[in-house]
Amino acid sequence: MSDIEAIKDKYLAQVASASDGDALEAIRVAALGKKGEISLLLKTLGQMTPEERQTEGPKINGTRQAVADAIASRKESMEADVLNAQLATEKLDLTLPPLSAPKGSIHPVSQVMDELAEIFADLGFSVETGPEIEDDWHNFTALNIPETHPARAMHDTFYFPQTDENDMPKMLRTHTSPVQIRTMMDVAKRSSGEGEPIHIIAPGRTYRSDSDATHTPMFHQVEGLVIDKGIHMGHLKWTLETFVRAFFERDDITLRLRPSYFPFTEPSAEVDLGFTVEKRKRIIGGDPRSENGGWMEILGSGMVHPNVIANCGLDPEVWQGFAFGCGIDRLAMLKYGMDDLRAFFDGDLRWADHYGFDALDVPTLSGGVGA
Amino acid sequence: MKFSLSWLKAHLETDASLTEITDKLTDIGLELEGLENPADALRPFRVAKVIEAGPHPNADKLQLLKVDDGSDEPWQVVCGAPNAKTGMVGVFGPPGTYIPGSDFTLKPAKIRDVESFGMMCSARELELGDDHDGIIELESGAADAVGQSYADYAKIDDPVMDVAITPNRQDCMGVRGIARDLAATGIGTLKPLESASISRSGDGPDVTTEDADGCPAFYGCVVRGVSNGSSPDWMQARLKSAGQKPINALVDITNYVMLDHGRPLHVYDAAKLNGGLVARKAKPGEKVVALNDNEYVLDETMTVIADDNGAHDIGGIMGGASTGSDESTTDVLIECAYFTPENIAKTGQKLMLTSDARQRFERGVDPAFLDQGIDIATALVLELCGGTASETTRAGNPPTEQRTMPYDPAKCLQLGGVDIATDKQKATLEALGFAVSDDWTITIPTWRRDVHGWQDIVEEVVRIEGLDNVPSTPLPRKPGVAKPTASPEQLAERKARRAAAARGLNEVVTWSFISEKEAAPFGGSEWALTSPISEDLKYMRPSMLPGLIAAAQRNRARGASSIRLFEVGRRYLEATEHPTIGLVLTGEKTARSWQAGGASKYDAFDAKAEVIAILEAAGAPVDKLMDFAEAGNHYHPGQSGTLRLGPKKILAAYGALHPNVTKALGLKGGAVGAEIFLDAIPVKKKSGHMRDAYTPPALQSVKRDFAFVVDASVAAGDLVRAVKGADKKLIIDARIFDLFEGESLGEGKKSLAIEVTLQPQEATLTDEDLKALTEKVVSNATKLGAELRG
Repeated sequence: MSDIEAIKDKYLAQVASASDGDALEAIRVAALGKKGEISLLLKTLGQMTPEERQTEGPKINGTRQAVADAIASRKESMEADVLNAQLATEKLDLTLPPLSAPKGSIHPVSQVMDELAEIFADLGFSVETGPEIEDDWHNFTALNIPETHPARAMHDTFYFPQTDENDMPKMLRTHTSPVQIRTMMDVAKRSSGEGEPIHIIAPGRTYRSDSDATHTPMFHQVEGLVIDKGIHMGHLKWTLETFVRAFFERDDITLRLRPSYFPFTEPSAEVDLGFTVEKRKRIIGGDPRSENGGWMEILGSGMVHPNVIANCGLDPEVWQGFAFGCGIDRLAMLKYGMDDLRAFFDGDLRWADHYGFDALDVPTLSGGVGA
Repeated sequence: MKFSLSWLKAHLETDASLTEITDKLTDIGLELEGLENPADALRPFRVAKVIEAGPHPNADKLQLLKVDDGSDEPWQVVCGAPNAKTGMVGVFGPPGTYIPGSDFTLKPAKIRDVESFGMMCSARELELGDDHDGIIELESGAADAVGQSYADYAKIDDPVMDVAITPNRQDCMGVRGIARDLAATGIGTLKPLESASISRSGDGPDVTTEDADGCPAFYGCVVRGVSNGSSPDWMQARLKSAGQKPINALVDITNYVMLDHGRPLHVYDAAKLNGGLVARKAKPGEKVVALNDNEYVLDETMTVIADDNGAHDIGGIMGGASTGSDESTTDVLIECAYFTPENIAKTGQKLMLTSDARQRFERGVDPAFLDQGIDIATALVLELCGGTASETTRAGNPPTEQRTMPYDPAKCLQLGGVDIATDKQKATLEALGFAVSDDWTITIPTWRRDVHGWQDIVEEVVRIEGLDNVPSTPLPRKPGVAKPTASPEQLAERKARRAAAARGLNEVVTWSFISEKEAAPFGGSEWALTSPISEDLKYMRPSMLPGLIAAAQRNRARGASSIRLFEVGRRYLEATEHPTIGLVLTGEKTARSWQAGGASKYDAFDAKAEVIAILEAAGAPVDKLMDFAEAGNHYHPGQSGTLRLGPKKILAAYGALHPNVTKALGLKGGAVGAEIFLDAIPVKKKSGHMRDAYTPPALQSVKRDFAFVVDASVAAGDLVRAVKGADKKLIIDARIFDLFEGESLGEGKKSLAIEVTLQPQEATLTDEDLKALTEKVVSNATKLGAELRG
């Protein structure tokens, strides 16, 4: 064995047995430092003949490289050991709970209103609103309910001592139908009586002096109104069918229109939804004529009465259309399974947590309107 | 409107089953609301014979019966009825039977130590009448029917339908009208009305009308020499099916004609009258004691029926207590009048008095049915009570003019959406009583006051055809993807709501009306309901906060520790209603935790943070908001504020709620709250989707810190604004990162540390640039009395 090989083996053995960084550094200085053994050997190359250099050069350089590599590798492994040892002391019990952001919720009534807006937007309906403190004209008279009409008694109206310009007491609107009147009057005014097609829904708070297990003095309704040329009962039927099928996300929902009476529509129809009982719950859809099926009344509708159209300043021989009104709270209950209307207005956080919706549950047509 | 199947069939010739009839009723708009058969309760009772009646060993007034009800063995029955005797046939309820009239179920029992099984029943126990003096005694021929169900034997099997009559259909407030509607569907035929031949003698009574407005027609007829007892079983059965209690034959006849034909009548005991009867306007303050024994004070818009002694009847609404017919009546005056619907409605509303007669008159009875109505009643009086009828006096004229209108059968498809053959339309209309001429001029029957325009005719035709037969027709739809429809305000509200929920707030819906106590701290309410459900729900809220505080309190009472509520609704102020978002935060902001230690509470800054976030979501320019005070007296005076765009444009108020307010409303522990005034947020006008051009600056931003000592009264926001004002281009942000108050600074002083971010645009900042900027910042701050800290 030549000297150079012995030197190499010596240093490699020292590197392998070096206990820490300091020892390693001492080895590096002894071998590769300015006056290190290998560095000094490298300097001898200059005094050699070219032939000698050709044989000794690679050996010495190889030795230098081998020792330098061994030191670097040994250093890296020492650092890894140190880091691993440090990391081992930093272990966390990740079964501990993290700090969590508070969870908020959207009320089912708001959610259903957004769902309605989305479905009806697809059918070309926009959303209109109106005041809740109404006057006699918009809530009753314009809707073909004159002062002596027996239908007024059916409305259980909340009145105020304040009066309107006709000296009639102001009231809380008993339905969302006044928005029909406001919309049609606006259109008549805007078009100087010419008229233009109207497709709106009007969701909002409504009030009746009624309070028991299934009625609250405040509740939510949505009104629908289509005014155009050539609109008939068949369109009403299709619109309602299309709406309930989209809303409840079932294609097997049957509707039953029953002739009825509302002063502001002619003809008028009450609308029943077919349901079936599954696991002791009423599910909208299925065959209402089957053994475990039945009908439940869901909304009132009809063709807008010519007097109403005329009252708004439009020509009922030119414009006709349909209107419907439906309880939003009830729609929510039927779709999402609440059984107590009063809980809607209590603000119980436990209820909100169970029946509420996430902020990101935005109803969309592509994602589905049912969150 | 309730009536039995047999009553309906008195007018309708039909083979249709009960189900076909009830389905049809609902299909044509006469909604079936109930169906019950009184026989169902009587089915367990059997015709039974008393084989032996003997004395009870331990009681004088009781008997011991052996009763044969067709079972193998006779029953031993202890019976207290005095009329029980051997051989009689009666109605027996075996053990286990429910007794409807006494509301209990029979069980074997020991009565005075003797066992008794089942019961022989009285009429009252079976709800067949009031008789409870003894048990029912059937005719002796009934012995052949022993063992048969009593319901079958007595042919009680007569289902009763309850039909909802809409306010436009007065004509269906009588059984005959319902039969007419059913007949029009083809389910049967309407039987002709038999006109009774009445032999009359003597002049009609002295009846007149002086009130052509309220009572345009008043017909009267007297029947003398009647004997007024109970009405016959068939009439009582029909009245009972309609829910009417039989009283005496004369009164029952008026009720019967009303229910049968929708024609209200009134009968007077002629002996109790003084002079002729007149329909006239009431005198102001005139009093009438009505049949319900209440006294009503009338005014001059109301119609009364009066004699020389004064007013007796509130015309068309309720008869008087003193002139009615009872068992002693021998001469009866039958009134058949026409009262103007609008007058009846107003009078009824004013007096808050409702009655079967009012319901019919205010909806408008058939003005052409006065003669028939009085004849039908007179014939019934003669038949049931005997006597001699006078001629009919006819005072005034009912409004019977025939109304006609043109109709185009094509309108049926145009409005109803269903194509019905013209001859079928004609047949339907004629069956309903309309006359249709060859040129489609339609004569409206006098009993259809609700029919006015061609739309009403379409409704009649389509209704009888059935709405099921209207084909569903798609609405014409614009091609392409549906256009957006939401208004900017609606979008803003939607985003604000979802932002609040995303930040951890729970949306609630609270009543729009609150109590006086709740409204008071918020300036009280301008709107008080005249007749609220309760005092707690009387005043329209002037603020969103009281309802939220109450909801927070309820949650607190249920043990909730962290309560974060918001509501999107309206405040109701004097002039108008304002869409508003209210929020209340109370309890723990963060729960105690292994990381953060103890729980933390909400403060005014939390309310402010929510407000800014929600305003930003709603599209408000939050970088332009200015801090103001004057949030309102319901807030802590030192821990509340408003955010405005200009001194008068208040977008939101927030802060810690005044301790007096939370205390008064019962919320313990304090709370912070806010209101965001949605209608004050400037509406963003949408002009396409394009945004301003922007390239991120190539040069790095630079941060510099400044610490200033200022008077404690100097608002941090003012200092920040002064600092930013040093170079509005270069300084892109100035943020307070430290606040220090301590003795070392001196009395009434505080230190605010601000991190200023500079964004060079074209060239790197030189030392000179930075020095100049620093000097400007310090000089701006000095104007507020600030000193740069060394």
